[in-house]
Amino acid sequence: MIMPRRRQGHRGFFALFEHLDSTIGACKALRAAGHKGFRAYAPLPEHHLLEEGLALKHSPVRVFTLAGAMTGAATGFAFTTWTSMDWPLVTGGKPVFSIPAYVVIAFELAILFGALSTVIGLFINAGLPNLRRMVAYHPECSNGSFGVYITAPPAQAEAVKRILSGFDPAELREDPEGFDV
Amino acid sequence: MATADARQRGALPNPDVATYEAVNRDVLKVLSRPGKGWWVLFGMAAAGVAVFLGSWFYQIYQGIGVSGLNAPVGWGVYITTFVFWVGIAHSGTLISAILFLFRAPWRQAIYRASEAMTVFAVMTAGLFPLIHVGRVWHAYWLIPYPNSRFLWPNFRSPLVWDVFAITTYFTVSAVFFYLGTIPDLAAARDQARGLRKKFYQIISLGWRGTDREWHHFSKAYIYLAALATPLVLSVHSVVSWDFAMAIVPGWHTTIFAPYFVAGAIFSGVALVITLAVPMRKYFGLEDYLTVKHFEAMAKLCLLTSSIVLYAYMTEYFLAWYSGEPPERGSFWNRVFGHYWWANWIMLTCNGLVPLMLWFKRVRRSISALFVISIFINIGMWFERYVIIVTSLSHEYEPWAWGLYRPSYVEMGILLGSFAWFGFWFLLFTRLLPPVAIAEMKEVVPPPMSSRKEAAT
Repeated sequence: MIMPRRRQGHRGFFALFEHLDSTIGACKALRAAGHKGFRAYAPLPEHHLLEEGLALKHSPVRVFTLAGAMTGAATGFAFTTWTSMDWPLVTGGKPVFSIPAYVVIAFELAILFGALSTVIGLFINAGLPNLRRMVAYHPECSNGSFGVYITAPPAQAEAVKRILSGFDPAELREDPEGFDV
Repeated sequence: MATADARQRGALPNPDVATYEAVNRDVLKVLSRPGKGWWVLFGMAAAGVAVFLGSWFYQIYQGIGVSGLNAPVGWGVYITTFVFWVGIAHSGTLISAILFLFRAPWRQAIYRASEAMTVFAVMTAGLFPLIHVGRVWHAYWLIPYPNSRFLWPNFRSPLVWDVFAITTYFTVSAVFFYLGTIPDLAAARDQARGLRKKFYQIISLGWRGTDREWHHFSKAYIYLAALATPLVLSVHSVVSWDFAMAIVPGWHTTIFAPYFVAGAIFSGVALVITLAVPMRKYFGLEDYLTVKHFEAMAKLCLLTSSIVLYAYMTEYFLAWYSGEPPERGSFWNRVFGHYWWANWIMLTCNGLVPLMLWFKRVRRSISALFVISIFINIGMWFERYVIIVTSLSHEYEPWAWGLYRPSYVEMGILLGSFAWFGFWFLLFTRLLPPVAIAEMKEVVPPPMSSRKEAAT
């Protein structure tokens, strides 16, 4: 297990919310106050939280999908073409370079490479597998509750704490030294 | 994802599940309670796997001659069972990918189990080419690489396409399945203790459910679903071309691809019903797998059954309309020849029995569906048997006609394959959350601090 990096002098806050609307409210308020690098935790892909609360839009994963699928299709065509041209042998009276037959291979490899590179894209972008020790986390966040973790410089710490407690958290935990999450 | 809209349409399929905590409690409870019944089934499955391996080793030791395969019927029970299991696999991807893209609100509860079924069915299917080739130590010849004279395989052969289709399907469906379970494994990790906690800690990859993870995860999931959708349609098409590309009467038709895909989904959904009924009862998941879910699956069965029945009729009609004596002879032989019984089992189980699903009372009766689904499973196995064995036994030249009778070794391997599948499925129900926890929460109303907002 790797220890997550500590931010010297900063304070960390973990707020556990029981309600979705208060979580969204807290995220919006934090963003309105100019905070960016905080994390929201949810037990499900709640699109209101992601899109309204955190204004997350496009994910670069799609670029990985497209690049993978195109690489796969190109590989499939190149592989079949090269191998049949390498030793031209007419079988069944069909052309040596038989496009319809090769489409099948190209198609399957497009899907295979596309899917695998989507997973690579997800792992890179979402930071998985995450081997760091689970410090800024609450096990309730995989059950029925939502959470917000923020590391704030000392000057803003009190303001952040006020914002979070304004949304009626079920639990507000304070780390004397905040973590980078 | 589009669950808010589903709620507005009043399509709440799980009226008895009210909170997120209830989902975790009910689903994770399944992992902590083995029960005697499970052990009995597991013991039976393990014994069946022993029969499977015993028969296979016997065949390896004695040679492929212990099977009933001969000239002209060189493809028998092994290829039939291969196609059967590949077909079974299809419903999982249908439910997890196609119904995901169509936003069907009833898929959440059933999709994890059916996706697991997909992975294990492909694992089972993948063994059959290895069994069928006889000299299994040469099975690596299936992989496309040049021979000692640097001659590459013939990529115009559908058998080579099949290698690509099946390996891609196995890889993609396994990845899709595993990726979907990661958030649920994290939920299991957070509640488990001891050795189990270590296990879930490792396989959940340190998932925390942060916004960053969910954001990319939900996007990646959509792209994977978008890739899996054409894949699932292509895989059984490619399998069907193993037959349709040959000039054997009864095989050489253009309707084979859609006909096989519909049949695959038909048999797959039927097996989902067969497995979901006992699972629901045994693990107390009645609030999750409701009558509504079963009715939706019954409708899918009805639709695909109609397509399959239509394809049967088209085959008969075109065999007659073609005016080709071998083609006509082949179909006459199917209905009235040596294998007439197989053909009539197929027509009864796949065409006639599912007609009962037109009645709402049948669709909403879980015990009726269970029985019908078993009929469909049997019928779909016989469909492949009819297509493969009767067509090969009755090709062009009368002096080349021949008969095939499966040997005990083949029977042992066929029955053993069900045990092999069951073995993995039973392990799955004990080790991985059998209902998708995070996705179920999408159809449960989110917790709101004010009542008024919860209604919108």
